[in-house]
This record gives sequence, structure tokens and C-alpha cells, in this order.
Amino acid sequence: MIPASVRYHRAADLAEALELRRAYGDLLRPLAGGQSLLPALKLRRDRVDTLLDLGRIGELSYVAHRGDHLAVGALTRYQRLLTDPLVDRYAPMLATAAAAVGDPQVRHAGTVGGALAQADPAADLPLALVALDAVVVLASTAGTREVPAAELAVGPGATLCRPDELVTEVRVPLPGPARWSYRTFARPALEWSLVAVAVADGRVALAGMGPTIRRARGVEAALADGAGAAAAAARADEDCDPVDDVRASAAYRRHLSRVLVARALADCSPEVRP
Amino acid sequence: MTVDARPGTEAVTVTTTVNGRADSRQVPARTLLVHLLREELGLTATTVGCDTSSCGACTVLLDGRSVKSCTLLAAQADGADVRTAEGLADGDRLHPVQEAFREHHALQCGFCTPGMVLAVVSLLDENPGPLTEHDVRRALVGNLCRCTGYHNIVRAVLALDAARQAG
Ligand SMILES: Cc1cc2nc3c(=O)[nH]c(=O)nc-3n(C[C@H](O)[C@H](O)[C@H](O)COP(=O)(O)OP(=O)(O)OC[C@H]3O[C@@H](n4cnc5c(N)ncnc54)[C@H](O)[C@@H]3O)c2cc1C
Ligand code: FES
Ligand code: FES
Repeated sequence: MIPASVRYHRAADLAEALELRRAYGDLLRPLAGGQSLLPALKLRRDRVDTLLDLGRIGELSYVAHRGDHLAVGALTRYQRLLTDPLVDRYAPMLATAAAAVGDPQVRHAGTVGGALAQADPAADLPLALVALDAVVVLASTAGTREVPAAELAVGPGATLCRPDELVTEVRVPLPGPARWSYRTFARPALEWSLVAVAVADGRVALAGMGPTIRRARGVEAALADGAGAAAAAARADEDCDPVDDVRASAAYRRHLSRVLVARALADCSPEVRP
Repeated sequence: MTVDARPGTEAVTVTTTVNGRADSRQVPARTLLVHLLREELGLTATTVGCDTSSCGACTVLLDGRSVKSCTLLAAQADGADVRTAEGLADGDRLHPVQEAFREHHALQCGFCTPGMVLAVVSLLDENPGPLTEHDVRRALVGNLCRCTGYHNIVRAVLALDAARQAG
């Protein structure tokens, strides 16, 4: 399988990429690591006029500590999160989430910005970013704006990123959570999580339980009211709309969400620190 | 900056160093890296198993790191150093990872082997170890083998790691 005929342009730097986005919008499709886009193009599930390759925009590949937040550039590859000392010190959940992605080959190519823009409802890194209350920076030639990670995705594959914008950075507020947990349930080897949960202090986020990654507000409310882990976890699938497909039934996904939330909350209890 | 012409072309020039040899050629933009290697350069050690980025048979090293060449455009490798299984041995002397695979009988039909060996080269290069059996199995999760049952592959990698830990 090869993609249909396509035009290709590699952006020399961010300024050029943004100028082209302003001028050509949807005619151009950003290409970062290609780990979601290329499979889609090969299967002809997606059609693109011109690929705008962001892969060499070195200025967007970084991890930086900026006092009240940890900034991660959009072109930072997953693999970097596994070994970066700043990630390890300030936002270790990002390393745990990145380690859950695919395999080393995918992690050597896939990027933080690509994962956010792809808006997959079961994606690992975006789940961690929602739990950590991170903010996504969207840039255009007109300037930048910030969107909470929890609001970026509006449906599978759809985000608030406009055709003239690019995802350029994600900011994780500091200090990070005192207690956190990241738990997934996946079928063996390579399989994406059926359901995954990330807990950061009082925030609980779920992947695989609806068209976008979401906060489990019922669980959070129960915890805020002083409920125990078991009672809070029982509300995990409130307001959720998991799919019913060949990989798992909706009922099974609901069950998984309650079990995983219970385990993640137990991880965060005072006796057991992650 | 002003943009006057519509950006992009259907043909791209891809300049690479493959197994130490410089190469530059024009290919259609949609050309996958694996097709550049196999069909343009005639380097057929890199195999295509699943063609859906699941099996790892097409694994090559891009600037020293394992990637699946069925899921990258040749254009994305422009300017990069590419290594395939053909580029591992030094004349008649096998690369240490190849030698360990031979020693531990870590291959049968050999279809997965080029990708498997390159995934191991990347692993040993980026992880100083010591490696546990679990580390090795997790690092090779993207490389499927239908013959060996993996045990001898894992043994080969653990032996390599033990040897380098011993100095
Ligand atoms: C075998 C395999 C297993 C995988 N397993 C997992 C898994 O377990 N968990 C998981 O979370 N993910 C998994 N993935 C997906 C992986 O996380 C992708 O790398 C990621 O979703 C996309 O990142 P990318 O850089 O490759 O983006 P690309 O594929 O290049 O792009 C994805 C989309 O985002 C857009 N885009 C990219 N960058 C930007 C930007 N800066 N601004 C605006 N738009 C942009 C593109 O136009 C495209 O629409 C897997 C992928 C493969 C191939
Ligand atoms: S052929 Fe590329 S991963 Fe299977
Ligand atoms: S040796 Fe036959 S597939 Fe691995």
C-alpha cells in the first residue's frame, strides 16, 4: 500500500510554516512523525493535497523548565520524554504515558504535537496532559493562544486548532501533583488501551470512554465530598459514552473504567505512593 | 515573508547516506522509505511483513534510531543517515548482534531477522543496561516473529548485554 499522489513541502522553520498555514490553510496538512497520518494515507482513509513536513523544525523540539510550568515543544518525540531529566523531575507522568505508546519505533518518530492534534480518544500522552491540567499553545501569524488540554479535542480527530494554526507547545503547570497514577488496560503487545485512567491529586481523566478524553467529574466530585476510593470509583463511567466494537463492548469498557479508577485511586492513597 | 507560489512538489529529491554510501535521487513524494530502499536502491534485506506498522520487519535505523520504514516517507529521511541489515557486517565479520543471533539460534525462517537485529542495535545503543528479560521483551514489542517463539532472541540480547556489562 502506498499513499495516493500527494505534494510535499518541508518547512524550514516555524515562521515559514505559519506563513504557509495562513496563506493556504487546509490545502496543507501538517506532517510531524507521520505515525498516525501515514497509516491513514496508506489505507486511503484520509486524503491530502499537500503535506507540510514540520519534522525539521528543530526550534519546536525541547523540554524547558520555566518556573511555574514545564514546557514541551510540539515536535518533541515521545522517546525524549522517557529519558529527559526535567520530565523525570517535574512531570514523570509524561514519561509513564509515553512509555505506554506503541513500541520504540513509534516512539522514535511520533511527536507530542502530533498526538495532541490527532485527538484520538484513547491516546496516552493527551490523557496524561488532561489529568495534569496542561495548556496547549496554538500559534498563527497573528500570535499565540492557549487552550486547556481538556478542551483541545472536540471529537475523534477533531480539535480547536484552526487551519491557519499549528500546535507549538504544551505547558504543564508546576508544582505537579503530590500523588498521581497512570493505569491502562490494553490487550497484549502493541494494542492501544481499551481504557486508561490518569489521576493527579484530585483530577481524574479517562481515555477510551467517549469521543474525546474527558475528566471524570462524578469521581472528582465524590472525592471532593470526602467519599472513599471505592465509592468514588463507582461513578467512573457517569456521563460517558464508550464505543461498542469488535475489541470490547461498551459495558466491558464501563466496567474497566470503574476498576481502573479504583486501582489508580488506591495508588494515590497515603499508604501507597507511586 | 511573502509566499508567492503554491508550496510543494509531487517529486522530491531525497539525499541520504545509506550504509555509509551517499545517495541522492528524485522520487514521487508519496514514496515510502522502505520502497526507496528496496526498489530504488535494491537493498532487499529490509522486508515488508504487515505493511501496517505492526510487525517491525521493515525496521531500519534512521540516524541510529529504530523506525518502521513502511510508515515513513522517503522524504522524511532526506538528510539522514540510514542503516539497513546490509550495512551491519564488516566484510565477512558479522556485527556482534548478528553473531549473537547466530550463536543463540535466534532465527529460523529469517523473515523478521533484519528488522529484529536493527531493533536490538538501537536498543543496546540507547539503553546502557543492565537489561532484564522484561526490558528486552518490552523493547521488542514492535517486532513480531512467527518462528522462534522469541526465547532465543531474548537470550541473544541478554548475552550481548551481559558481555558488555562485564566490560
Ligand atoms: C503501531 C502504532 C502503535 C501506536 N500505539 C499507540 C498507543 O498505544 N498509544 C497512543 O497514544 N498512540 C499510539 N500510536 C499513535 C502515535 O501516538 C502517533 O505518533 C501520534 O498519534 C501522532 O503523532 P505524529 O507526530 O506521528 O503525528 P502525525 O501522524 O504526523 O500527524 C497526526 C495528525 O496531527 C496533525 N499534526 C501533527 N503535528 C501538528 C502540529 N504541530 N500542529 C497541528 N497539527 C499537527 C497532522 O496533520 C495529522 O492530522 C501508535 C501508532 C502506531 C503506528
Ligand atoms: S512491514 Fe512495516 S511494520 Fe510490518
Ligand atoms: S525467524 Fe521466521 S519470523 Fe522470525
